[in-house]
Amino acid sequence: MIVAIGLGPVGVIPPTALRIIGHHTIGVPEVMSWARTDDAIIWEVRLPRVLLGAIVGTALGVAGVTLQALVRNPLAEPYILGVSSGGSTGAAAAILFGVGSGLGPESVSLMAFLGALGALALVLALARSTGRITPSRMIVAGVAVGYLLSATTSLLILFADSAEGARAVMFWLLGSLANADWSTLPIGYLGMGAGMVLVYWWRRRLDLLALGDETAMASGVDPGRTRMVLVVVVALCVGFAVSLSGGIGFVGLAAPHIARRIVGPIHRHLVPASAALGAIILVWADVAARMVLQPRELPIGVVTGVLGAPVLVALVRKLPHNN
Amino acid sequence: MIAATGIDLRLGASDVLSGARLCTRPGQVVGLIGPNGSGKSSLLRCLYGMLRPNRGAVLIDDKAIESMSQRSIARAIAVVAQDASADGIDITVGEFVLLGRHVHRGDHEGFTDDDCKVALDGLEMVDLSGFAERHLHEMSGGERQRVMIARCIAQQSPVILLDEPTNHLDVRYQHEVLTLVRQLKNDTIVVLHDLNLAGRYCDHLALLDRGRVVHQGQPDDVLRSDVLEPVYGIEVRRLADGQHPHLAFGPLTR
Repeated sequence: MIVAIGLGPVGVIPPTALRIIGHHTIGVPEVMSWARTDDAIIWEVRLPRVLLGAIVGTALGVAGVTLQALVRNPLAEPYILGVSSGGSTGAAAAILFGVGSGLGPESVSLMAFLGALGALALVLALARSTGRITPSRMIVAGVAVGYLLSATTSLLILFADSAEGARAVMFWLLGSLANADWSTLPIGYLGMGAGMVLVYWWRRRLDLLALGDETAMASGVDPGRTRMVLVVVVALCVGFAVSLSGGIGFVGLAAPHIARRIVGPIHRHLVPASAALGAIILVWADVAARMVLQPRELPIGVVTGVLGAPVLVALVRKLPHNN
Repeated sequence: MIAATGIDLRLGASDVLSGARLCTRPGQVVGLIGPNGSGKSSLLRCLYGMLRPNRGAVLIDDKAIESMSQRSIARAIAVVAQDASADGIDITVGEFVLLGRHVHRGDHEGFTDDDCKVALDGLEMVDLSGFAERHLHEMSGGERQRVMIARCIAQQSPVILLDEPTNHLDVRYQHEVLTLVRQLKNDTIVVLHDLNLAGRYCDHLALLDRGRVVHQGQPDDVLRSDVLEPVYGIEVRRLADGQHPHLAFGPLTR
């Protein structure tokens, strides 16, 4: 992480980066022996950015692994719930039409979070229309809501008729950690952290749900209620992630797959491993995003997509044929 | 003891069960038989809370099942369900059997050495000790069904329900699995299609027809042509086979 903090268009060697962080957090060393610009780059820009990447990556990894167990499909990923599309619609409305500008300086993030919540409410209402939530109903509801909201976002872009606005929305859609700052980090850590603690708390329920609803029920787990709670928790985590960094793809799909190959399918190991891998992937994808075309910055979603797709194809090719 | 006291179940527009009564018998294997669509699996699912009847009650040791948590239901009843194929997760046999201990541990608690020992004992009882590290999808159909039963054993619930445990098994494994079920001496209810297997391995049979238990008794009393022919719509002949009733079937010629 320290290395990742140092890397960027302006490089800062790890020992200096460490000293800067030490200076700001525990007051050691007391005296600044480095350039003021390095200080600003590390403390104001890079560190929040890496910290945001770590928590968002963790949340996407955990959300992915949870949803894969809940819908019993290895291709499930955090965005099948339609939450990210909701976030995009909210953000597009804020960027293009200034909706919610009264909400303060973070209005885009707040609108994205509200959009994500709206999408979640819609998905739950549709998925529950005839009683309990089943995996297939959840997927269909998520996909339907996702399409509806993506179409809405496109319409907003068309109606706004602003090339600059469209570019801003596009950059947001592809995801970026560039908006990280100290004011939003605590709420992100708190929100996503709490959600992930619950997922880990219920790790064995995930094992049982992955085995089938009847098996889960016979083992003392109420599948309907467990799925409902976990969907809401995971969707909130993804809502936080999307509102702080846009729709970063592939991490939530690839991290659980790689983790499964390393530690196996039991969620006691799989949840922490997916979390760690999600964080590592996202932090380093962000390093690539700011290094590859420097001084220009790539949207991080482009990097995760370009790197993630071949990794995923390679993983799927290695799956046993009877799976 | 589990008892269904005359339960009705509607699924969509159809009456699946109407006034079905069934209960476990101490230490005995109760066979639930009946034609396709007669409601056997649905009745079994009502018994462990997977389906909630519209009328009538399911009682576990005289307590209404609705008043119990899913965990306390599972402490009383272990189930080998029809979806118990474990295809969704590439898990080892040992891990799978150990999950049977979930009912005895809090969500956050890890499994103890005792849990591992109970799980290994379960595997030994189904004659699969040494298979704990194997992956479940590497096991044959018969072995897999024995793993499912080992999980029930590890769960240590007094009642075991099995939904067509001999499905997809060749004749040898059918007998092997049911012999094992008998040896456990739990209060058992097993849904079976094969009437000859039912006659051989069950102490008591309940015959279900259109959502109602129309006949109950010892296999000798139930596996009779005058009882079975009207329910199955097929000619039933009883062949002499020593201690168990043995049936042959043919199209009804009337």
